[in-house]
Amino acid sequence: MPRQTVEIKKSNKRKYMLEKLSSRLFQFCALLSVISLLLIVGFVFYKGSLPFLVDGYSFFDFLFGVDWVPSEEKFGILPMIVASIYATIGALVIGVPIGLFTAIFLAEIAPKRAAKLISPAVQLLAGIPSVLYGVFGLALIVPFLQNQLNLVKGQSLIAVILVLAIMMLPTIVTVAETAIRAVPKTYREGSLALGASEIETIFKVVVPSAKSGIMAAIVLGLGRAIGETMAVILVAGNSLILPTSLTDSVRPLTTNIALEMGYAFGTHQEMLFATGIVLFSFILILNFVLAKISAKGGK
Amino acid sequence: MRKQKDKLYRTLLWGSAFLTVAILVMIVGYIFFKGYRLISFDFIFGDYSPAGGGGIWPMIITTIYTIVISLLIATPIGICAAVYMQEYAKQGRLVNLIRFATESLTGIPSIIYGLFGAVFFVTTLKLGMSIIAASLTLTIIVLPVIIRTTEESLKTVPHSYREGSLALGTTKLQTLYKVILPSAMPGILSGIILSIGRIVGESAAIFLTAGTVAAMPSSIFSSARTLTVHSFLVTQESGDIELASAVGIVLIVIILVLNLSATFISKKLNKADF
Repeated sequence: MPRQTVEIKKSNKRKYMLEKLSSRLFQFCALLSVISLLLIVGFVFYKGSLPFLVDGYSFFDFLFGVDWVPSEEKFGILPMIVASIYATIGALVIGVPIGLFTAIFLAEIAPKRAAKLISPAVQLLAGIPSVLYGVFGLALIVPFLQNQLNLVKGQSLIAVILVLAIMMLPTIVTVAETAIRAVPKTYREGSLALGASEIETIFKVVVPSAKSGIMAAIVLGLGRAIGETMAVILVAGNSLILPTSLTDSVRPLTTNIALEMGYAFGTHQEMLFATGIVLFSFILILNFVLAKISAKGGK
Repeated sequence: MRKQKDKLYRTLLWGSAFLTVAILVMIVGYIFFKGYRLISFDFIFGDYSPAGGGGIWPMIITTIYTIVISLLIATPIGICAAVYMQEYAKQGRLVNLIRFATESLTGIPSIIYGLFGAVFFVTTLKLGMSIIAASLTLTIIVLPVIIRTTEESLKTVPHSYREGSLALGTTKLQTLYKVILPSAMPGILSGIILSIGRIVGESAAIFLTAGTVAAMPSSIFSSARTLTVHSFLVTQESGDIELASAVGIVLIVIILVLNLSATFISKKLNKADF
């Protein structure tokens, strides 16, 4: 064989090797996200289930116990579960309508100049660190509530709800606005041509067509609310009582983990992981339910 | 009747928008109003002093460390993963699994990442509460962002580019790094910018993995606090709203600059002639 052909063959061989190797490498990188997810879920669930599987603590007492006294080996998180649920629902009730209406306003009826000014501003606020919402809440909302409602302590469930509702706003507005803008113009024209007014068109034609995007906006907002930690610590008061009124000081699940993780060890630490499992389950249920709803909307 | 209903809805729409804008303006306005008096050259570039009156330079350096380290790891992995998903993989179970994992990672709250980082990186890998442990945790947090934005920008590269290059006798790999990746660059860049924003704004995960030491970190293995954690701690420990707001101003300015550059890049992207 002539020398040239041999050399070409050699260089081709190297090329093929390189091709094969690189495609393996790319595949491995893609699999890293699966590995990370498995590691995270695995570690949190393993650590969190130890007290129940090995040390014989009752999972029922953990979920429905009302006392959390780590020094006395009492680990009940019902008050925190209730606080998390109340806070999330409260934020939902306040934040979703305001956010959606703002998104509709920006996409449909706002003067162009106003929309061009407001939309980027709202996007900026979606990126602001959540801690700052907590600082704002503690500095302004908490004293306001304390004075208006004559509370001993302004840090309360209602303060958490207000801060979370405000924090959800930018997320809901930006995602919902995009969804509403994506509705084809012909829908609006058809509806208007049939004699519907602008408002009727918006609420009976445009919004229903953007339903799945709007659902996504709500899920994202809710996810942000239920998982928020540092801003909530600042305004929640962190008491371990079962909340019975909006003015009670509360400690949601996330807050419990962040406050005690620094010094917890042994069973106490494992119980914080168990708290993480409960939080995890909430997120999973939330995503599942809303995926179902939006799948229905898609049909 | 119909007119009245229309009017009512119109009022509600205007009212909600007004309320949203008012609240948001109030937050930013309040933080600037409370914090601006502290902002000075010495505040930004001065060393921290526990007695008060010091600067936030150590926190800025810590924040920069976490950004650089997590991006150094997450960017190549994220780009390779996206390339695999878009250019190499056949659609099927594996791709669906990877997609599911990436989406699930996006939905996990940061406190859970913190828990994981605290037991895996800090304890199991014996890194201790440190910048490196926090950065590795942040790597997983931003990985889905980089994968998604890179995938989106790979999708916008026209097929004719790939065909043209392959027709010239190049290998798939050569086509990838000489043709496809350069055309997808603006999208990848905006993904990186988004990730920086996410890292700068993160607090709970860093709080549990990097600790709270308020001093200049001597190496990436020392415990330190980022800007967000500092803002949180001065509020929680001493109720120093003024200091927290001053740190807040620095954070808001960083986010603003990031947003502006992202807009700039995506405008360039739209101008690019595909």
